Amino acid sequence: MRKTLSFGFLASLVALVVCVLAGTGPALAQEAAGFGPAPVLTAADYPTVAGVNGRLVIWIVAQLHLWFAAFVLAVPIFVFIIEAIGMRTRDKRYDDMAYEFIKVSITAYSITAILGGLLLFSLILFYPHLFGYLSTIFSKSMFYYALLFFGESAVLYLYYYGWHWLQGDLRKWIHLSLGLLLNAIGTTLMLLANAWLTFMMSPAGVDPAGVFNGNEWEAIHNFLWNPINIHRFVANIAYGGSIVGAYAAFKFLTARTSQEKAHYDWMGYNANFIAICALLPLPFAGYYLAAEIYAYSQQMGITLMGGIFAWLFIIQAVLIGALFLSANYYLWCGMGRSDGARRYYWAIKYIAIVLIGAFLVWFTPHTLVLTNSELKSLGGPHHSILGPLGIMPAKNTAVNLMIIFTFLSFLIYRRSNKVATVSWEGMGNTLQVALFTAGILNILFLGIYHGYFTNTVYKVAASIPQVLTTFVVIVVSLVLDSFIYRGARDVGPLHWGRIPDRAQYALFLLAVAFTWLMGLMGYIRSGIRQHWHVVDIMRDNSPNAFTPTLGYAANVVSVAAVIFLTLVIFVFWIAKVSSVKTLPAGYWKE
Amino acid sequence: MRQFLSVIAFMLIVIGSFSAYSNLGIPQIEPAPPPTEEVIDLGSMDMGQFLALGDRIFNGKGTCTLCHNSLGRAPMLDQIGSNAQARLDDARYAGSATDIEGYLRESLTDPSAYVVAGFGKAGTNDTESPMPGTESGSIALSGPELAAVLAFLQDNGGLEVTVEIPTDMGDEATDENAAEPGEPRAPFTSFQDLSDEFACEACHTIGEEAGDLGPNLSAIGATRDRDYIRRALLDPNAEIAEGFEEGMMPDDLGTQLYATELELLIDHLSQLK
Ligand code: HEC
Ligand code: HEC
Repeated sequence: MRKTLSFGFLASLVALVVCVLAGTGPALAQEAAGFGPAPVLTAADYPTVAGVNGRLVIWIVAQLHLWFAAFVLAVPIFVFIIEAIGMRTRDKRYDDMAYEFIKVSITAYSITAILGGLLLFSLILFYPHLFGYLSTIFSKSMFYYALLFFGESAVLYLYYYGWHWLQGDLRKWIHLSLGLLLNAIGTTLMLLANAWLTFMMSPAGVDPAGVFNGNEWEAIHNFLWNPINIHRFVANIAYGGSIVGAYAAFKFLTARTSQEKAHYDWMGYNANFIAICALLPLPFAGYYLAAEIYAYSQQMGITLMGGIFAWLFIIQAVLIGALFLSANYYLWCGMGRSDGARRYYWAIKYIAIVLIGAFLVWFTPHTLVLTNSELKSLGGPHHSILGPLGIMPAKNTAVNLMIIFTFLSFLIYRRSNKVATVSWEGMGNTLQVALFTAGILNILFLGIYHGYFTNTVYKVAASIPQVLTTFVVIVVSLVLDSFIYRGARDVGPLHWGRIPDRAQYALFLLAVAFTWLMGLMGYIRSGIRQHWHVVDIMRDNSPNAFTPTLGYAANVVSVAAVIFLTLVIFVFWIAKVSSVKTLPAGYWKE
Repeated sequence: MRQFLSVIAFMLIVIGSFSAYSNLGIPQIEPAPPPTEEVIDLGSMDMGQFLALGDRIFNGKGTCTLCHNSLGRAPMLDQIGSNAQARLDDARYAGSATDIEGYLRESLTDPSAYVVAGFGKAGTNDTESPMPGTESGSIALSGPELAAVLAFLQDNGGLEVTVEIPTDMGDEATDENAAEPGEPRAPFTSFQDLSDEFACEACHTIGEEAGDLGPNLSAIGATRDRDYIRRALLDPNAEIAEGFEEGMMPDDLGTQLYATELELLIDHLSQLK
C-alpha cells in the first residue's frame, strides 16, 4: 500500500510540474501583450506522435480517467453517509462496510492520478495549441487544481489509513469531518475540470474571436457548467455504487463461508441501493442538461437530439432499460432473503410486464424515421433532422412509468419482511393503491394528450408535470408507508446470503452497462461540438475533425471499457492480495 | 477460478452485445465532414449558377435546413415571398431595412433585429432570436456566399431576384482569366484547366489534389465506363455514389460545358486507372 501512496503523490507532483510549465508558460508570454485571439490552425499544427491517431488516444485516455475519477469521487460521498449512519446506529457493520468501500477506491485513486497525468501529456503532445489556448484562459484554475490534488491525496490517505486510529467519541467525529473535507475537495476538483470542458461547449468570457477578457470566473461559470455539474454529480454516485456492487458480487461468488456470503450479500444490497437511488433522478438531470443545451444554442440542441445522434438516444434507451431491468431483477431475487416475501410474489410478474412494455416503448423509434435516404431527402449534408421531440412524450411517459414501477419493486422489497400492526392498515393500503393509480393515470394522460393532441412546440410541455407526478407519488408513498409500518413487527430475521448466484450477475450487468453508457454519453457530449475545439471560437482543423459513425464510437467505447474493467479487476485483486500472507517455510533465518 | 472466468466471459458478452447492437441494430449514418469554403468563381457565373450556389449553401454549409424545415422550429422560407412585406409592416419591426432584400439580409446578419412572433428564444418574449448570425461563428458565410443565399431565398420564395452577383470575392483574389459576364468564353482544351474552372478538385481527389466531399476519381476509369461517367456529369443525382450526399455535385454541368469539354472530361476520367 505504501507503494500506491507514493505513486499517487508522484503522479500529482508530475501533474503539477507539467501544469505549471505548460499552463503558465504561455500565460506569462500572453500577459505582456494582453490576450490574443484563439489560434487558427491548419492540419499541420497537429503533431503525429509515433504514428498513432491522436484523437483516439485522447478519447480513450480521457474516458478511462473519467471512469476512475467518477468512481473515486463517488465512493467518499457514500462512505461518508454510511459512516454517519454507523455512528448514529452504533452498528459496527456499517463502519466496516464503509472502510471496505474506501479500501477498494484507494488503489483506484492512484490509477486516476496516473491517467490524469497521461491525459495531460497526451493533450500537450497531440493538441498543443488547444491546450495552450485553454491554459491561458484557465491558468489560475489549473494551478489550483494541481494544488488541490495534493490536498485531496493527503486527506484521503489520512482518512483511510487513520480509520482504525480515529475511533471513539471525539476521534470518530474528527474522522467524519475528514470525510467531509475529502468530499469538499473532491467535488471542487470535479467542478474545476467541468469548467474547462463546458467552456469548450459554451464558451464565456471571450469575444467572438476568442480574445479572453481576463475574467476567469466568467469562463468557469459558463452556460453549461452547472447543468453538467449536477448531471455528473448524480451520475457519479450511481456509477460508484454500481462498481462497488460488482465488487461485492464477485466477493459473494467466491466466498467460502456462509458468514462471508452474508456479509457480501449485504454489501451488494447496499451498493445496489445507492446506485438505484442515484439512478432514479438521473434521467431528469439528463433532461435538464439537454434543455439547457437547447437554450444555449438551438443549433447545438438540434444536433444533439437529431440526425445521427438521435439514434444514439435509442442505444441509450436500451442501456438504461437494461439498467432498470437488472436493478429490479436484483431486488426480486433479494426478496428470497425474507420468509415473508412469498406474500408479494404475485406482483412481480405484473411489474415485469410493465417494465418490459415501457422499455419497448422507450426504445422503439416509432416516429423517428431516419433512414439514410430519408435523412438526405430532408435537407442538406449537414444535419437533416427529424424531431425526436415528437417522440419525447412517449419516451417520457415510459421512463416515468419505469421509475414508478422500480420504486414499487423497492417498496415491496421493503415490505416483504414486515407485518404492519397499525389498525388502519387496510385503509393505508387502499390509499397507496389510489395514489399509484392516480399517478400512473396522470402520467399516461399527460403523455398521450401532449404527445398526440398538441402541436410540436408544446410536446415537451408534458415532461415537467410528469416528473412532478412521479416525485409526488414516490415521496407521498414513502411517507405513507413509513406510517403504516410504524412499529411493525418483523416476519423473521433476514437471511443475508440467501440469494441465488445469478442475482449477482444482475449486479455485474449493472456495472458494465453503466460503464458503457457513460462512455457513450461522453462521446455525444464531446461530439456535439462537431468540428470545433471551442464551439464557434476555435475550429478543429485536424484530419480527425470529422464526426465518426455511431458504430465506430461504440467500438471505441467497448475497447476502452474492456481496458477499464481489466484495470478494475486489477484493483480488486490488489485489495485482496494486500491482506494475504504467505509463510515461506525455511526461507528466513530463524 | 471458474467463477472468475465466467464473470469475465459474462462481461465480455455484455460489452460485445452493446457493440453489436450499435453496429448492426441501428443504421450507420456517415456524418457529413466539416464544411469547407466553396471555391467560387464569380466571374464566370450566370444567375442560374449563382442561385444553384445559394441552394447548395442553404442546404449544406449554411445548415439552414436544420431549423427551417417542416418541423415547426423556424418559419418556412418558401413562404418568405408573402411574409417579408408583412414583417416590414409589422408595428414591432424596429430594424433598419426598407425593402425585402434588406429585410432578408438583416435576418441573416442580425437575426434578433426582428424576431418572428412565436419563434424567439424561450423566456425572451420574442426579443432574441435562436437563429445564429450567419456571417460569423459556426456558419461563417463569406460575402458572396451570403449574397448567393439571399438570391436563392428570393427565388425560392417566388420573389423577384434583386440581389446582384458580386463582382469580386471581397478580399479574396479574383480569377484574372475570367471572361466578362455575358461574353461567351473560349472553350477549355485541357483537363486541368477545366478542373480548375469547375472546381472538381475542391470535392474530388484526382491524382495529387485532394478533396473529400465527393468520391475519389483517381482511378475512376478502372471501375466505371464512359456511359456511367457521362451520366454522372450530366445528371449526377440519378445515381448517388455510395456514402455521399445528394445535391453536392453540381447538376448543371450540362448547360455549362461545351460539347468538346464534356467529351474531354469523359475521355480523361475514363483513362484514369
Ligand atoms: C438554429 C436554427 C436556425 C438556423 C441554423 C437558421 N435559422 Fe433562420 N431562423 C430561425 C428562427 C427560429 C427564425 C425565426 C425567428 C427570427 O425571426 O429570427 C429564423 C428566421 C429566419 C428568416 C426570417 C424569416 C421570416 O419569416 O421573417 C430568414 C430569412 C432566415 N431565418 C434565413 C436563414 C438562413 C438563410 C439560414 C442558413 C444560412 C438560417 N436561417 C439558419 C432559426 C434558424
Ligand atoms: C461541390 C462538390 C463537387 C464538385 C465541385 C464536383 N463534384 Fe463530382 N461529385 C460530388 C459528389 C458529392 C459526388 C457523389 C454523389 C453523386 O454521385 O452525385 C460526385 C460524383 C461524381 C462522379 C461519379 C463518381 C462515382 O463513382 O459515381 C464523377 C465522375 C464526378 N463527380 C466528376 C466530377 C467532375 C469532372 C467535376 C468537375 C467538373 C466534379 N465532379 C465537381 C461532388 C462534387
